[in-house]
Amino acid sequence: MELTDKNIKNKTILDEAANGDYKYGFVTDIDTHVIPKGLNEDVIRYISQVKGEPEWLLDFRLKAYRHWLTLEVPHWAHLNIPEIDFQDISYYAAPKKKEGPKSMDEVDPELRKTFDKLGISLEEQMRLSGIAVDAVMDSVSVKTTYKERLAELGVIFCSISEAVRDYPDLVKKYLGSVVPYTDNFYAALNSAVFSDGSFVYIPKGVRCPMELSTYFRINAADTGQFERTLIVADDDSYVSYLEGCTAPMRDNNQLHAAIVEIIVEERASVKYSTVQNWYPGDKNGKGGIYNFVTKRGLCRGDFSKLSWTQVETGSAITWKYPSCVLAGDNSVGEFYSVALTNNYQQADTGTKMIHLGKNTRSTIVSKGISAGYSQNSYRGLVRVAPKAINSRNYTQCDSLLLSSTSGAHTFPYIDIKNDSSVVEHEATTSKINEEQIFYCNQRGISTEDAIGLIVNGYAKEVVAKLPMEFAVEAQKLLQVSLEGSIG
Amino acid sequence: MLTIKDLHANIEGKEILKGINLQVNAGEVHAIMGPNGSGKSTLASVLAGNPAFTVTGGSVVFNGKDLLAMSPEDRSHEGVFLSFQYPVEIPGVSMVNFMRAAVNEKRKYYGMEPLSASDFLKLMREKRAIVELDNKLTSRSVNEGFSGGEKKRNEIFQMAMLEPKLSILDETDSGLDIDALRTVAGGVNKLKTANNATIVITHYQRLLDYIKPDFVHVLYKGRIVKTGGPELALVLEEKGYDWIKQEFDNMRGE
Repeated sequence: MELTDKNIKNKTILDEAANGDYKYGFVTDIDTHVIPKGLNEDVIRYISQVKGEPEWLLDFRLKAYRHWLTLEVPHWAHLNIPEIDFQDISYYAAPKKKEGPKSMDEVDPELRKTFDKLGISLEEQMRLSGIAVDAVMDSVSVKTTYKERLAELGVIFCSISEAVRDYPDLVKKYLGSVVPYTDNFYAALNSAVFSDGSFVYIPKGVRCPMELSTYFRINAADTGQFERTLIVADDDSYVSYLEGCTAPMRDNNQLHAAIVEIIVEERASVKYSTVQNWYPGDKNGKGGIYNFVTKRGLCRGDFSKLSWTQVETGSAITWKYPSCVLAGDNSVGEFYSVALTNNYQQADTGTKMIHLGKNTRSTIVSKGISAGYSQNSYRGLVRVAPKAINSRNYTQCDSLLLSSTSGAHTFPYIDIKNDSSVVEHEATTSKINEEQIFYCNQRGISTEDAIGLIVNGYAKEVVAKLPMEFAVEAQKLLQVSLEGSIG
Repeated sequence: MLTIKDLHANIEGKEILKGINLQVNAGEVHAIMGPNGSGKSTLASVLAGNPAFTVTGGSVVFNGKDLLAMSPEDRSHEGVFLSFQYPVEIPGVSMVNFMRAAVNEKRKYYGMEPLSASDFLKLMREKRAIVELDNKLTSRSVNEGFSGGEKKRNEIFQMAMLEPKLSILDETDSGLDIDALRTVAGGVNKLKTANNATIVITHYQRLLDYIKPDFVHVLYKGRIVKTGGPELALVLEEKGYDWIKQEFDNMRGE
């Protein structure tokens, strides 16, 4: 190639795109009311006041805050977490419209390329890039139809702030009932300062006819730093809830500490699916979201069921263990997970299955994929209480290594307190097979595509648990997340 | 079509191919025979571009192009097909998805649009018939849980899908019973035209009863030490390889 000025310039742009910071991960937000950094009781009172919250909720927040002060940052995970200065964070930003790019022309071409690879519609691309377009692309009519349909059935699906205002009794009854603010350091922090999130209530006997996705919730774009989700499925109801999206999510906040609480009553069933693709940091491990999440569901009713499915590809550090407390007799808990780490990402993720009721059953299928210099840990607890007779657990925990510089770790904890229960644990670790790659190459498939195929084949069992449309996106996401990981 | 000159290759520093010369023209079938460890499979791997082997000398020209300079996938797109001796399993990847990726990558290489789903499935049906491959197998994961015979049939099915110019069949007869052998060989024969060529690597004459070679080469210690017509295979069947080994070793004073 002739080295003309233009070529050199192009090369520089490419180098910047490939090696530089992911500029669009953290944009400076100039148009929000941000309160000064730091956390104290005044800040919490301010948050509660701005949101017009009732006294009991302020009390809840203050108790959580006071408890948080007594706690220390947990260090037991297999993670190398830089010290976080919790007084150097601003805990509230008024949800005003953010200053984003005016059109797709202003959006980073690399980001657009990723969007295209993921097959995301232009409309969706604009939303994700933070372009201020309201009615036109928000497809008001679709949303209205959707809301009307849900209202007819008595399904409540709104932001948690709205729920506090409109359904205070429900929120008061369930908030903190599964994840108390005393649960852990980040749960206490979230309980003190949570900004917003979703509230879902499915009345008795209602089978929610559509998947509830944060995408359809008003103000969904303002998913916060300290999100709080509360889902209640009353007797004999069913709901499938989708969180996140496959597109790379930009966010100004480096620390995320969300809580998801789910209550499943008698014979009810909840399916909770997550695709997590927060900004993972650059290829040298600079930047990226710290994602410290507490997710737990209580299968309170007999014959209730909770199923978690997660595809985790984002965040610099992931610390999350979506769990099931199987209190009702014959209740069922499931956890299906794919966690992919590349470059310098770290993930310590898994689940807890707490068997309390009789004849309870749980299934854990965890697939870890480690590339680059990343560290990927599965941590799972299976506990069977003395009264949980005839309970069963099946755990399958697989790790796939794509590089010799990455790590895969498994930390299973098993605690069985009766002798009529059966617990099975299977674990495998494999390296990606060069013969498989050559076989694909010989059939004309490039190494990058081959790895995408092989990894998707490996993750298929979990991805297949996602709702159809999500599954297709998740497959592409796994492939895109591994691009450039082949040394 | 294919001109191999003085080809040398090694694996982990051990020289396996020590100067191969071979000319293959369109419409021809060449059989490469020889005792175990003579370098037959290495030759197949090197032609397909398996990165486990290092070429240390010589040249391979394929339809006017330097084959050794191409990536394995480009060799495939240019029309080189290897039927593997031990086809690898790829769990969770369905044959349909795998073949669609392969076919569409090739089309992309030639600037063509990907096949529509219905056209692709139609093509699959057509080609499956050539080797009587069960429909069920194509919805399963690549080679996973296939019997030995099914794996080999699946290789020839893929060959039919990709319509290569040069097919290299590496010990395609190994592990096949007589019926499977007949089906597989029948598939290969159906795919034969005046414009393509086949290299059949085999230890035994048996396969050559079904796939008639124009030339038979004997590979020994990394070199082609004897070339003849189909009758050479019969001689080998009867007399084994010892006489050739002796002839060669005497000649070299080994």
